Amino acid sequence: MRIGLAALSPARRTTLMRSDAVQRLLAFAALIAIILIFSLLSPNFLQFDNVVGILIATAVNGILALGVTFVIISGSIDLSIGTVMTLSSVMTAVFITEWHAPVPVGILAGVSTGALAGIVNGTLVAKLKIPSFIATLGMLNVAKGLALVVSGLKPIYFNDTPDFNRAAMGSVIGGVIPGLDIPNVVLVLFGCALVASLILTTTVLGRFTFALGSNEEAARLSGVNVVGWKIAVFTLAGIFSGIAGVLIGARLNSAQPSLGQGYELDAIAAAVIGGTSLSGGEGSILGTVIGAFIISTLTNGLRILSVPQEWQTVVTGGIVILAVYLDIVRRRQQQ
Amino acid sequence: MPDASGGLLVEMEAISKDFPGVHALRECRFDLRAGEVHALVGENGAGKSTLMKVLAGVYRRDAGRIRVKGAEVDIPTPRAAQLLGISIIHQELSLMPNLTAAQNIFIGREPRRALPFLLDERALNDQARKLFERLHIVIDPQTKVANLAVAQQQMVEIAKALSHRAEVVIMDEPTAALTDAEVDELFRIIRQLRDDGVGVVHISHRLEELKRISDRVTVMRDGQYIATVDTKAAAIGEVGRTIYEEAPEIPEVADPNVVLDVRDLARGRAVRGVSFTVRRGEILGFAGLVGAGRTEVARAVFGADRPDSAQIRVHGRPTRINGPGDAVRQGIGYLSEDRKRYGLALGMDVETNIVLATLRKFLRAFGRVDARRTRATAEQLVQRLAIKTPSLRQKVRNLSGGTQQKVVVAKWLTANTDILIFDEPTRGIDVGAKSEIYHLLNELAKQGKAIVMISSELPEILRMSHRIVVMCEGRITGELSGREATQEQIMTYATMRAPVATVD
Repeated sequence: MRIGLAALSPARRTTLMRSDAVQRLLAFAALIAIILIFSLLSPNFLQFDNVVGILIATAVNGILALGVTFVIISGSIDLSIGTVMTLSSVMTAVFITEWHAPVPVGILAGVSTGALAGIVNGTLVAKLKIPSFIATLGMLNVAKGLALVVSGLKPIYFNDTPDFNRAAMGSVIGGVIPGLDIPNVVLVLFGCALVASLILTTTVLGRFTFALGSNEEAARLSGVNVVGWKIAVFTLAGIFSGIAGVLIGARLNSAQPSLGQGYELDAIAAAVIGGTSLSGGEGSILGTVIGAFIISTLTNGLRILSVPQEWQTVVTGGIVILAVYLDIVRRRQQQ
Repeated sequence: MPDASGGLLVEMEAISKDFPGVHALRECRFDLRAGEVHALVGENGAGKSTLMKVLAGVYRRDAGRIRVKGAEVDIPTPRAAQLLGISIIHQELSLMPNLTAAQNIFIGREPRRALPFLLDERALNDQARKLFERLHIVIDPQTKVANLAVAQQQMVEIAKALSHRAEVVIMDEPTAALTDAEVDELFRIIRQLRDDGVGVVHISHRLEELKRISDRVTVMRDGQYIATVDTKAAAIGEVGRTIYEEAPEIPEVADPNVVLDVRDLARGRAVRGVSFTVRRGEILGFAGLVGAGRTEVARAVFGADRPDSAQIRVHGRPTRINGPGDAVRQGIGYLSEDRKRYGLALGMDVETNIVLATLRKFLRAFGRVDARRTRATAEQLVQRLAIKTPSLRQKVRNLSGGTQQKVVVAKWLTANTDILIFDEPTRGIDVGAKSEIYHLLNELAKQGKAIVMISSELPEILRMSHRIVVMCEGRITGELSGREATQEQIMTYATMRAPVATVD
């Protein structure tokens, strides 16, 4: 027996295309357009070295953006990822240079620091019900302060362990295919993106990330352990911050304690440009990676055209506002 | 299964539950047998949903005992209820719009692959498909819930409840958003469940449903248990009188002068070509299901949202309303259903709230407020509307819901408003205080105000309105005279969806 319900479905289904897919397409088109425009304006833009420069610049911000994508899809925000990244790099430096721990132990220490900060963020938000904006704003300052305290206000250099820097900036690909010297940090970015994408689309954690952002109360009433999964989401973001911290330390061959603030906004911008909705429930890793590339390509291109640094900031700020506005317009049209 | 409970699946005894300021449940009882449909009826605010939410682990009881199959249990969380085989389908559908139908059904219990943290999406969709087939529902499991119609979403909820292998299924007003054909289908499913030995709790407003579907009926009123009767033995009319204490008091007939004339109001999908008029001294009831677009109409008329198109005449004069400021100048007041968010400054006192919107009228030189006149105005309104407050200095936060509503009305009266749009005027107000609000509405109508009353409570609509306009999916589907309208007529119009292309 078929019932009247069937009659309703086709008319509805055709009206909507998944809005994050639309934004992803739009972002990809924008990236291509930006690349085209800059390559026309400057012959240096598409030079191999410059492209590698863009890839390296995307690595750290991209990995931060992966983590914050989960948090935003789950309906929260994490403003602490930038300074947690800094604290993680300082912890790695302290382990390796002051306590002479082996490099892998130092890396583990950095990633664990990020995870710990994530657990604290998640607990503040999920258990103590502090709005994530406030809780992670607090964590931003806590991590920033701790990074300065632990480092004694000074950069720590990895002078005794040249392998650390070489591991990040050397090129496995260049070893296999001579001439194609793409540094390993870029591989780390794509590896992390792949893992993040698998987590988001094929695991329980990914499913609950969407569920939380889609309707947290409904998830709770369905018996989902909302508190636990929210903490897990923040922890994941913390882990990605930790990885970013290790990476930036290796790339700069030093832990810079005063770096980091402001990175969170670029990462959030990457996610939003890539179609992650600030109201939660929608988003994708592919979109975020595209978003991260848009930001670094834009920054790089403007620099090549000798646009002053301060104007580069103005442009990226404007792009973020535009992306959020487009998101709002799409949402309004759907209603 | 034979046990000490004598076939009783659930026994609830002396259940009490307080919310701040309200005794939601007082010493309530309820029981449920395997293989029966037990209807739970009563006016809005009677405590039906609260009692069932206690059973489903949504709320925790303050006092009382719950036994499931004879064993005393504690149900602190929805999860605990699920493990006891108790599932609830909430009145406000609680699905996750960004997930697919299948993902919603199995949320938290997804089939896994060899590695336990990996989801088996194919198995998930297969299981959902089988479930839909068993229920004879035609829904693609991979459709996002946001893209399903309300009735389909409800079917997803039912499938979700069944997927828990629930022995107790609680349905909170499941028919409220369904057409007749869909209700038939729902009842078929309920009977199928009953025959499989499931105990079904059916919370309802609609008396005519009880005879069709229920085996027993329990009546609640004002947070208290009134009676349980066998449906076959009971005269349904009698049950009806038990539920609604007072006979409707339809107010006197209105003036012929049209005060507000709205034509072809449209805003996106929510409001599609709505036209209506309100006369002086008239109460126009806006009925419809939740989400029919009534609030959206009110907000557009009031200028809170910009309509795509509209022709609005106030006292016969064509008017453009570009924002709430314009509306207030034209004498239109909107009393939001969410008083605390939109209607009141909770931390300020009664007097300030009454004069806040019209403070300009009370200014002396150099912008000083004329305190004597504000006090006089506030005092006068407190008397006229019988606002129960210890003093004008009392903070509005500390007043009851009904009294707060009156303060909002006082505010609009200060602004010389002659068109008042009430959106769910008695929501969240104690049953006792409701009649006072009704009295106030009648009084305002008698004084010549034109009143639009949006309400989801049919008894309220029937009791208060001179005329009733019914909306469904953004359109006006019917207009009825308040004297002659019946709940059944309103429901027919409220579920009269626009024809769409069929699959078959």
